[in-house]
Amino acid sequence: MAAETVLFFVFGGLAVLGALNLILQRHPIHSALSLILVMASLAVLYLLLGAEFIAAVQVIVYAGAIMVLFVFVIMLLNAGEEERTSMSRAARYVGLPVAGLLLAEVSYLLYRAWPADTVVEADRFLGRTGPIGRLLFTDFVLPFELTSVLILIAVLGAVVLAKKEL
Amino acid sequence: MTDWIARHPDLVFAVVKIVLCLFLLLTAVAYLTWFERKLIAHIQSRWGPHRVGPHGLLQPLADGLKNLFKEDIIPSGVTSRFVYLLAPFLAVSLSLLAVAVIPFGPESVEIWGARTGLYIADINIGLLFVLAVTSLGVYAVALAGWSSNSKYSLLGGLRSTAQMVSYEIALTLSVIGVLLLAGTLSLREIVEAQSGHWSGVVPRWFIFPQFVAFLCFFISGVAETNRAPFDLPEAETELVAGFHTEYSSMKFAMFFMAEYSHMIVTSLVASLLFFGGWLSPFPATEFWSITRYLPVVLAAALGGVLLLDVLRQRHWWHRVIMAAVGLGLLAVAGLLATQATLLALAQGPFWLLGKTAVFLFVFVWTRATLPRFRYDQLMAFGWKFLVPLAVLNIVVTSFLVAWRAG
Repeated sequence: MAAETVLFFVFGGLAVLGALNLILQRHPIHSALSLILVMASLAVLYLLLGAEFIAAVQVIVYAGAIMVLFVFVIMLLNAGEEERTSMSRAARYVGLPVAGLLLAEVSYLLYRAWPADTVVEADRFLGRTGPIGRLLFTDFVLPFELTSVLILIAVLGAVVLAKKEL
Repeated sequence: MTDWIARHPDLVFAVVKIVLCLFLLLTAVAYLTWFERKLIAHIQSRWGPHRVGPHGLLQPLADGLKNLFKEDIIPSGVTSRFVYLLAPFLAVSLSLLAVAVIPFGPESVEIWGARTGLYIADINIGLLFVLAVTSLGVYAVALAGWSSNSKYSLLGGLRSTAQMVSYEIALTLSVIGVLLLAGTLSLREIVEAQSGHWSGVVPRWFIFPQFVAFLCFFISGVAETNRAPFDLPEAETELVAGFHTEYSSMKFAMFFMAEYSHMIVTSLVASLLFFGGWLSPFPATEFWSITRYLPVVLAAALGGVLLLDVLRQRHWWHRVIMAAVGLGLLAVAGLLATQATLLALAQGPFWLLGKTAVFLFVFVWTRATLPRFRYDQLMAFGWKFLVPLAVLNIVVTSFLVAWRAG
């Protein structure tokens, strides 16, 4: 087996295990740490596809900024362990089958949309810094700028909510 | 075995470089503590460490041994044992990881017939890698503060997280000016973009067009390492020792090592981005080529001074150590003077490490000189002064780059 394949299975497995652990852990900090593990494993998967820039941004933005705020808030609120409750009757008899059905539908559609022989090839993946920048400032310049305005509005909203007198 | 080595030269080189880099970095971390104590002591008219070995030179070894043999106490009230143990390992491994992408010399040098680069890995996004790894360093501090289950640790961890997240923005923004001029994220190519001289004398280092960015970068770099005057996370007058209050023995030492290797990495990156990295400041003309013997002169002079110092030592074993180090330095000077290959090899690391040493001196100097910030001053300075300054620098630089491109 090629080294890439081994690494793919190691980090793909880590991502899945981290995601499972995220749901199963009862303490918010442990869940947050599992989510960081998922982000880091995803970054390695991007790296294996040759998308260096996206991998680095994945770590800087998700693991380095967003998750830091999650951990910060959990620390600040001093959140304790979650109570584990037994499943209600509605959840057991309606929720579980519907969730299973949804999972089956999504996987079937994904399987239909991308048959097994079309995979992303590492060398033709446009994940390098130059092409991404060019795309963002030519083809996708309007969505890109709109998104940044949206984030700015969210920041302003947070400031207005947090600061009573301006 | 030798067959296998001959067939995989890249692998062998990689392993040797990783071991060498880690060994040198950890030794540098140990002796940086000696350097800091000695320098601060002399700034404050004291002697500093001078009992263990000549001039206290064996003090780092004594400190290391002491930390190894101290009792390792885990408080019974820790919130989570796993997180409590994870934090120091995270701190030290993340701060050592950044050295993997630091280029110490040109792309390809010849060592005993084989060609290799003076770096562990040359990746296209070297600078982003350094930023990503340092941004993860926040977790070590935050988790240590939270898991200790102590109010001093928690307050220290919270302060430190807020501070590191805030100054990371100024740090990242200040780097963009350099990226605009260099047009690449690879640390090697950034250094190569600084080669050459203006009017044959002044080196084309980015410090001249990007002086504002450098100030921003270095101030935020000091804040990122949580050192004076930004050492609020461990302000001893109010928080005992901040986030590592509840850590003892080697786990405490690991936070210490993380801080010092973070200092070294920040200094290395500052010299790579703004001071031409491994490039010599002298023009590459026939007249100035004599400066390639500077490492020889420096090693010989230092060796001579240490040999003279033997006479001033009282204990016989202090004399033996000083004589051995002095003779060793003279031997290095002799080797460099006679072996042209070694001399060529030493050029890059010599200049990069020389520039790094200057920054480390500044790090210690600021700690000895400046008083600590108040918390609101720290936040106001970061958000209302450094961030706008860095953004202004980006605007001006990109305007000039666009104007020059026509």
